[in-house]
Amino acid sequence: MTKSELISLLAAKQPQLDYRDVELAVKELLEQMSGALSSGDRIEVRGFGSFSLHYRPPRTGRNPKTGAAVQVPDKFVPHFKPGKELRERVNNGTE
Amino acid sequence: MALTKADLAENLFNELGLNKREAKEFVEFFFEKIRTALAEGEQVKLSGFGNFSLRQKNPRPGRNPKTGEEIPISARRVVTFRASHKLKERVEQNAQANREKFKAQAELNA
Repeated sequence: MTKSELISLLAAKQPQLDYRDVELAVKELLEQMSGALSSGDRIEVRGFGSFSLHYRPPRTGRNPKTGAAVQVPDKFVPHFKPGKELRERVNNGTE
Repeated sequence: MALTKADLAENLFNELGLNKREAKEFVEFFFEKIRTALAEGEQVKLSGFGNFSLRQKNPRPGRNPKTGEEIPISARRVVTFRASHKLKERVEQNAQANREKFKAQAELNA
């Protein structure tokens, strides 16, 4: 499912809203979520999961082509931990 | 402060003028549609934000970390999230500017 497919599904579910508004609302939600993570804040959605940043310490990496050692600086990467309901539903779908 | 569904709904009310009930429902439906797609085995790709994909895990022996007791972990399907380049870059840019806050927060999350 892509963002535009999600928008179509939500538009069908909320017929009182203009398609354009649904599009804006989806973009707004994703922007809020990106903004929170980019400010170092967590996102907690019960039944869905939580997003937070994980710290990756600096390390010595290698250029896979030349084998030369390169210093990779530390960084923060977004991490998602699925919530209970999502975990269970995703796993039950396989049984 | 963590961002919650209530904050997201409040923002739709403030920014787009959805009424409070519509905003609350919209946020619910948004996450529900993503959950449903994933439960049906479908990958979810939200460009600019990231992709949720599914991974099949094989059974493996596990251990209760408290008691040391061995417990088998069954085969399962799990969700993984990969942030988009755009989101990763945005996080990194802000992290450079607010190193202390980010480190403190990441330690809480670890």
